[in-house]
Amino acid sequence: MAEPGGRAASSPLVGGATEPTLAALSVPGRRAWSMPELDVPPTPLDLPEANGEAPPLPEVSERDLVAHFTRLAQRNFAVDLGAYPLGSCTMKYNPKVCDWAAELPGFRDLHPATPAAQSQGALAVLFEAERVLCEITGMARATFQPPAGASGELTGLLIMRAFHRAEGNPRSKVIIPDSAHGTNPASVSLAGYQAVPVPSNHRGMVDLDSLRRLVDADVAGLMLTNPNTLGLFEEEIESIAAVLHAAGALVYYDGANLNAVLGIARPGDMGFDIVHSNLHKTFATPHGGGGPGAGPVAVVEHLAPYLPGPLPARRPDGTLGWEMPPASIGRVHGSHGNFLVVVRALTYMLALGGPGLRRVAERSVLNARYLQSLITAEYDPAFPAPCMHEFVASAARLKRETGTRALDVAKALLDLGFHAPTMYFPLIVEEALMVEPTETESPETLEALAAALLAVAGRARQDPGTAHDHPRRTPVSRPDEARAARKPVLTWFMEEA
Amino acid sequence: MDFTPHTPADVERLLASLGLEDPADLFAHLPPGVRLQRDLDVPAPMAEATLMDALASLAARNADLVCFAGGGIYDHHLPPVVRALTLRPEFVTSYTPYQSEVSQGVLQALFEYQSMVAAITGLPVANASLYDGATAALEAVNLAVAATRRRALWVSRGLSPRTREVVATFARARDFTVVEHPLVDGRTVWERSAEPAPALVLVAQPNYLGYIEDYAAARAAAADAGALLAAAVDPMLLGVLRSPGSAGCDLALGEGQPLGSPPAFGGPGLGLFAGTAALLHRMPGRLVGRTVDGEGRVAYTLTLRAREQDIRREKASSNICTNQSLNAVAAAVHLAWLGPGGLAEVGRQSVQKAHYLAARLCRLPGARLAAAAPFAREFCLHLPADPATVVAAMAERGYLAGIPVPDDYPEVPGGLLVAVTERRTRAELDGYVAALEEVLRHG
Repeated sequence: MAEPGGRAASSPLVGGATEPTLAALSVPGRRAWSMPELDVPPTPLDLPEANGEAPPLPEVSERDLVAHFTRLAQRNFAVDLGAYPLGSCTMKYNPKVCDWAAELPGFRDLHPATPAAQSQGALAVLFEAERVLCEITGMARATFQPPAGASGELTGLLIMRAFHRAEGNPRSKVIIPDSAHGTNPASVSLAGYQAVPVPSNHRGMVDLDSLRRLVDADVAGLMLTNPNTLGLFEEEIESIAAVLHAAGALVYYDGANLNAVLGIARPGDMGFDIVHSNLHKTFATPHGGGGPGAGPVAVVEHLAPYLPGPLPARRPDGTLGWEMPPASIGRVHGSHGNFLVVVRALTYMLALGGPGLRRVAERSVLNARYLQSLITAEYDPAFPAPCMHEFVASAARLKRETGTRALDVAKALLDLGFHAPTMYFPLIVEEALMVEPTETESPETLEALAAALLAVAGRARQDPGTAHDHPRRTPVSRPDEARAARKPVLTWFMEEA
Repeated sequence: MDFTPHTPADVERLLASLGLEDPADLFAHLPPGVRLQRDLDVPAPMAEATLMDALASLAARNADLVCFAGGGIYDHHLPPVVRALTLRPEFVTSYTPYQSEVSQGVLQALFEYQSMVAAITGLPVANASLYDGATAALEAVNLAVAATRRRALWVSRGLSPRTREVVATFARARDFTVVEHPLVDGRTVWERSAEPAPALVLVAQPNYLGYIEDYAAARAAAADAGALLAAAVDPMLLGVLRSPGSAGCDLALGEGQPLGSPPAFGGPGLGLFAGTAALLHRMPGRLVGRTVDGEGRVAYTLTLRAREQDIRREKASSNICTNQSLNAVAAAVHLAWLGPGGLAEVGRQSVQKAHYLAARLCRLPGARLAAAAPFAREFCLHLPADPATVVAAMAERGYLAGIPVPDDYPEVPGGLLVAVTERRTRAELDGYVAALEEVLRHG
């Protein structure tokens, strides 16, 4: 059914109503664009492969465009609106001064092919950010080319492969814990390795005996998040690293949870050889509804020759230039990575300095542990060890006693003014709710979130039937996922078909 | 600066409730050997105003040059409405829209992005973005290898050197055979070597040197070899050049930066990716679908999730998780701002101005086009001087003169790649010609 075009009206006036697509708003001949008249004498061009007709894009006024996207924005939650306790995602507040820096014309309008002499400021950003990141992680050199965490993982694994190949054998297996992020095994496959899972022990940490049995001369390395995806610090990390190193294998640090140990413990001092970090988590660069992020990879000295390049380098005359590492695996991005994300991250690092970075770790752990302590009456910690910046609680007891699942808890929270925690991850915890409050939420917010979580459980116990009804106060209720997958409508053209 | 809200009393109260006294107690269970026993050696904390001064002076050390460089990143007019809408906090500070009920804005914007990418590429299915043009090519390779179970690639040497390097990084690690097909007179000649059979034929339209490739030749090469055909396209030319879908490509990809994103030193850009319906279940990255909620209202959600890494793990179609959503939203706003007429006009003006400039430059002594093949908005100029030296001298005069063609192209030794957008005024074009004339005269 076609919506009327040119609809600069909402009903209800603010928020909530279904918004037509731009295709539905389109009116032939309407337009937002303007351009100066062509100011050179036109040449008759008979281009090959010319387009017979213009692509079927919508035709809208700028006024409609603004109304449309503003209404869409109003149908979306964001961390600027409130707490976002999504475990493993580190949805902290993103300081506005970082956005300001990324909008500076000298950064924003710079073409990547600008010669080094005319882009000293950009080179300095990358050079300084590398130095700070290496100090934080305890590594020697870093590349900012990987545009996201998963890209950083692939980059790290390609470095691992290049290192082993240079040693005579690329090896075939990479060990990952059964609690790992899905990107770990996917990156392992993409890099041409076989993913070998290592089980967690009863304390939620890598089982050292199992690991010893798995490690042989065909293992290229281990990928590990520390704190791990259960929010626990791998207390045997030194022994774990030693087992791998004894077999000539490397140890890879997935920096998804670096927030918890900033200035407290460095991956390099734990025995890791390769570290990726997620600037869009730890260093407060905003997530943008799913990206862009940045996944810089830092390595120990003896792996630096394999880094993607070029890398910024100080030249004898004091200026900065580009240098290709001698045994580089090659490029992993078309330019220099997500540069503006690096600008934001560097701004954040400089704002905080050493004491501020350490305070981030302390308060993220303090908040997580406090919140966890407030909800144990209904949600059992998955493992007894003290949590770091996030914790995994299980709704298994609630499910057993009331039929209310982790999914229901998450959806009910949406009606109580809080974004849901991560659900059903890690896969090894039954009815998992993974909660990461971050350091930027106040005690009052944590107490309100705990009260909401307990209220959901309380209602489930009083009236188990209502658990599946949520959310009701959101722009839409639970979407029919099965229908979406069975008959995919991925564009408005498919809709018409 | 401090972005945590805790007062000293808050910290004390929370610690006390946990039976702790000092923040350091929170980490008492960490093995002593890994605890950092000193402060981080990083610059001291800065107050906001000081920090802003420091960053502004860094940014000021990048020169503001009139841009004639391209190679995938172009200096088009970026309408203020694109930035105004895209930089709304709801788009900037939300996470991946896994919780559909509170993410309808981002989901619908991405659905509209997918629809408009499908519209300009002429292919039925587009994903919700990849990182950039180069990594989009890597994903096409990965898709084609999985779909055909072959391990060889035919790559046109007209594909951007940066993109070929990213593909080579990946191919080396996986032991894929990359067969590069040469440019002759500016266009790819597909040499039919029988073995090994390629999974993918990869062509750029226009190619890196700016020339317009013959789609039919690429299509025939792919068809004869039983390979998939992918085209790396310049989205700003899809109003004047035919779409890859209508030319018989199975996949279209490209650097989408000109749609909604500033040059930004090359990132964040936008990886465009679209394909045929037959490849739907092999698509990398996120897909947004339209469905209904419990009350029958239109609702958008991430769909066909069984392809993705968090569900399928080592068997996923790609490892991508975080993508370039915000840049995709910007592209959607920009494409809707342009509409069919604006996209055609921006392409037409860019092509016209490029031809005007090329004709003027060819009157300079010793300067000529590298090949006679038809080009669009970018062209490769042979100069009687070292291009890197020319670029340096032109920068002194306020111009980013172009990109010196890498040594990788013996076909065009001493080439300078010059790009033109609709944004360049006649005065800037004429100024460029005069400056280059002076540079060439004085050496």
